[in-house]
Amino acid sequence: MATALNEVRVQTADFSVPEEYALIAGDNSDGAVVTFVGKVRDFNDGSVVTDLTLEHYPGMTEAVLNQIAVEARERWSLNNVTIIHRVGTMALGEQIVFIGVTSMHRKEAFAACEFLIDFLKTKAPFWKLEAGDSGANWVEAKDADEQAAKMWDK
Amino acid sequence: MINVLFFAQVRELLGESTVAVEASASTSTAEGLRAQLAAKDEKWGKILASDKLLVAVNQTISGWDTPIQDGDEVAFFPPVTGG
Repeated sequence: MATALNEVRVQTADFSVPEEYALIAGDNSDGAVVTFVGKVRDFNDGSVVTDLTLEHYPGMTEAVLNQIAVEARERWSLNNVTIIHRVGTMALGEQIVFIGVTSMHRKEAFAACEFLIDFLKTKAPFWKLEAGDSGANWVEAKDADEQAAKMWDK
Repeated sequence: MINVLFFAQVRELLGESTVAVEASASTSTAEGLRAQLAAKDEKWGKILASDKLLVAVNQTISGWDTPIQDGDEVAFFPPVTGG
């Protein structure tokens, strides 16, 4: 097995899922590749959304994402892990976040991918500003996201 | 000096993204620093009194009793909503 890839990126540019898949999926000792993409959707809490702006805390963001990846590796036997999160303004349908995980078996890759997005949503310093019919509004943190992250408590 | 950062709606409402605060006995904890900044005026008091406000000390989310020293970076922000 080659050295595991551990990639954390915060960027304004879009990402290519086929390119990111190719970067993590080349190791034949992995039987499982699980990826997740979060996108800008056209509604939130019943309001029309026209675009989304993501703000973050440079420095802390990368540190938290790396820490989350370390925690995932402590819980499951993983090979390659990629976390990409975009910042800046994104239009409807654009990609916001990419998580890619590889492992020998599918259960570990599925679980780790879900853990990573649940933890990212509640621990990483990103904030969403939604523009829509009623102006621009900061997205409120959801109890459901906090509950999802708590489900992973040991 | 303590380098204080604000993010998201806290930054927007205060109209500031960063301020430098002289370290003193009253800024020796995250809560002390918050109280000192909140005493600036009514607007700052209201915004920094939010029970949802979070604090990070040197880029780690921390409790309000966390000690603050000269040279630290302290950030105040609302609950995170990325992903």
